[in-house]
Amino acid sequence: MVVMDETSCMPAIAKFYLEFTCEESCGKCSPCRIGNKRLCELLEKITNGNGTMDDLNALRNLAAVIKDSALCGLGQTSPNPVLSTLDNFWDEYVEHVVDKKCRAGVCKKLMQYVIDPEKCIGCGKCAKNCPAETISRTDYTAPGHKLASMVIEQSKCVKCGACYQNCKFGAISIK
Amino acid sequence: MINVTIDNKAIQVPEGTTILKAARMAGIEIPTLCYFELDGMKFENKPGGCRVCMVEVTKDFNGKPRRNLAPACATDCVEGMEVLTASPRALNARKTVLELILSDHPNDCLQCEKSGDCELQALAAKMGIREIPFKGEQSHYEKDTTLSVYRDMDKCVYCRRCETMCSKFQSVGALSGVNRGFPSVVAPAFEQKLGDSSCVNCGQCVQVCPVGALTLVDNINDVRKALADPTKKVVVQTAPAVRVALGEEFGMEPGTIVTGKMAAALRRLGFDYVFDTDWSADLTIMEEGTELLGRVKKLLAGDKDVKMPMFTSCCPAWVTFYEKNFPDLLGHPSTAKSPQGMFGAVTKNYFAPKIGVKREDVVCVSIMPCLAKKSECARPELGNGTDQDVNFSLTTRELAHMLKQSNIDLNSMPEEDFDSPLGQSTGAAVIFGATGGVMEAALRTAYEVHTGKTLPKIDFEECRGIFGESIREATVDFAGLPVKIAICYGLSNARKLMEEVREGNPNGYHFIEVMACPGGCIGGAGQPYHHGKSDIIKRRMDAIYREDAGKPIRKSHENPDIIAIYKEYYGEPCGHLSHEQLHTHYFDKSDKVEITK
Ligand code: SF4
Ligand code: SF4
Ligand code: SF4
Ligand code: SF4
Ligand code: SF4
Ligand code: SF4
Ligand code: FES
Repeated sequence: MVVMDETSCMPAIAKFYLEFTCEESCGKCSPCRIGNKRLCELLEKITNGNGTMDDLNALRNLAAVIKDSALCGLGQTSPNPVLSTLDNFWDEYVEHVVDKKCRAGVCKKLMQYVIDPEKCIGCGKCAKNCPAETISRTDYTAPGHKLASMVIEQSKCVKCGACYQNCKFGAISIK
Repeated sequence: MINVTIDNKAIQVPEGTTILKAARMAGIEIPTLCYFELDGMKFENKPGGCRVCMVEVTKDFNGKPRRNLAPACATDCVEGMEVLTASPRALNARKTVLELILSDHPNDCLQCEKSGDCELQALAAKMGIREIPFKGEQSHYEKDTTLSVYRDMDKCVYCRRCETMCSKFQSVGALSGVNRGFPSVVAPAFEQKLGDSSCVNCGQCVQVCPVGALTLVDNINDVRKALADPTKKVVVQTAPAVRVALGEEFGMEPGTIVTGKMAAALRRLGFDYVFDTDWSADLTIMEEGTELLGRVKKLLAGDKDVKMPMFTSCCPAWVTFYEKNFPDLLGHPSTAKSPQGMFGAVTKNYFAPKIGVKREDVVCVSIMPCLAKKSECARPELGNGTDQDVNFSLTTRELAHMLKQSNIDLNSMPEEDFDSPLGQSTGAAVIFGATGGVMEAALRTAYEVHTGKTLPKIDFEECRGIFGESIREATVDFAGLPVKIAICYGLSNARKLMEEVREGNPNGYHFIEVMACPGGCIGGAGQPYHHGKSDIIKRRMDAIYREDAGKPIRKSHENPDIIAIYKEYYGEPCGHLSHEQLHTHYFDKSDKVEITK
């Protein structure tokens, strides 16, 4: 029994289940042996923000075919998490592939830590705690602040959240 | 009989008929991949694993549609069943499953040995696959080779045909499914190399593999090099079963006899001497028949140590099989070399000096229906330490490739004869190519030598056939002496017979013929792919017996060139010189074997 709320990401949950079936597949029939692997890879692509609408269609078709043609109960039920989340949370899938957003903030590749230059007082605590050394000072000082604000270079960020936790001024948010 | 409706066609089929076979009866061919059957030859692979044959059951036993699609190959018809083999839902599943299989496949048809004969390639063409929507991880395994079989498991579709062939039909058990899930593959146990396993190089796994995962070891370039070398005389010999199958590669009907055209084509390829393994098959009969009579005489004289029954020894897969599995019974098989081996020995010891060429400068090539012969000709005892008696063994398929490369169309070849003196043969030799043939040929000679009388009837019908009992037995009357024989193909049957011998030969056999391949060499692994159509093997067999019936001489001991070589060179069968050159010995290779089932 898994409880889901607004902190649950449906594509990520489907992927979690699929990884499990990939491990369990005996390998005898091709829909389960190769199909579940491909489902996993498609979900990986989607949760990494690289998915397309075509991928969503391929995902739905593949899941349906595996359910319809696998040899035993394991393969026939393995795509159920995909099919039911596609049916009930289609919008969330579309957000992942079109808006590149994970509303639950679970898909780390899809989220960004952003420093608001107006709120940042330039204390630099985030930069000190950043393991990726990706936070640097800008030359913009917001009105009323003494020091220039900080900025995160997104391409190097490993989404650890250390800056977010260490900022006492609520200047860092998740987008 | 039960009533079923397939694609709106109503038909009646016997109970226990699968949807696949019922559809065939209705003239509808459902695509398959893993399913494989040699009809009437007791070989069936039905794992239901590929799921290419999925069909929609619109009315099942309960009058309702079936929830899931059904695999046609593994689902029996029930009364009143209605099936759609190409509904949108079935077609979509079939195509998607095929796309999945191709998504884990190298798809390098342009460089693939199987291209043109590949069942996966044909399926992709039939289903009109134009792109593969799934990109992802691909399986990679280390390539592996014996002297006969090349394994590229990146191309394996996990149909398990090879496993069923190796473990059920041959009882060798060298290949089996390993791993689970995506990395599943067929491999020798404990990640061994196939050459270190119990494999006997029969090559039947290659013959049934639908794709290019298991292929033959190609020796065409070795032979081309020899042909291009002006310092070499290149001698070629062709096995009995090749002449009734080679034509298939050139669009001829199965069972077309191309002996004369093949001899002509070999000459066009540049071989200096075009000889015939049939000639040495006659020689084999002289040696093996004499050996049999020798053992029978000892037996009648009350010799308790004589090894009975005697087994034939012309199939190298079978030879390796008993060396690996029955080291305690190595005295039973005839010590006579195979016809390939004898031919090589005669070429290097008799023929080379005769034409005044050093044996090292004579290259002996064999054209065989067989993959095991590639391993056989490399056996150290079949050479002089630096030069093998037979240098290269090509298969029927490789010869066809060579001819095509050289723009030689077999269809347009004239009929030519083999060269002399190792070219003339009898009907007894050509039947070596079919199961029971060696036995029949030996009986024709042994009977006449033993009784001193002419055979009342030359055809031993009881020896013939590919569809009957797994082990055929008969008692032949040698003028008052009942000779008890048995014949089988498939090493699982040979295993049964060997186990009987271990238990003291309760059936009192005198002589047993064993061939590894379905139907004997006509169904060999080097022959054109039959794709499970046992009718093709049957037509090759019919051709063999037609060729025999058409020969002016049909008994080995009446071959004038054989009589001549004994007079000129060997003296007598099983004499001193023939023991040195035409007989061999066997080795305990049981340490090479892991558990077999
Ligand atoms: S569906 Fe069943 S039989 Fe097929 S691979 Fe999965 S676990 Fe094995
Ligand atoms: S999330 Fe971690 S890596 Fe990214 S900027 Fe903040 S501290 Fe640095
Ligand atoms: S095995 Fe068949 S499909 Fe695969 S590369 Fe070879 S010919 Fe092509
Ligand atoms: S060559 Fe014969 S014995 Fe060897 S793996 Fe293949 S089927 Fe088995
Ligand atoms: S090696 Fe060939 S015959 Fe064996 S399972 Fe793979 S595809 Fe099938
Ligand atoms: S039966 Fe013939 S083709 Fe098959 S392994 Fe034996 S000798 Fe070779
Ligand atoms: S042919 Fe029916 S499942 Fe493979």
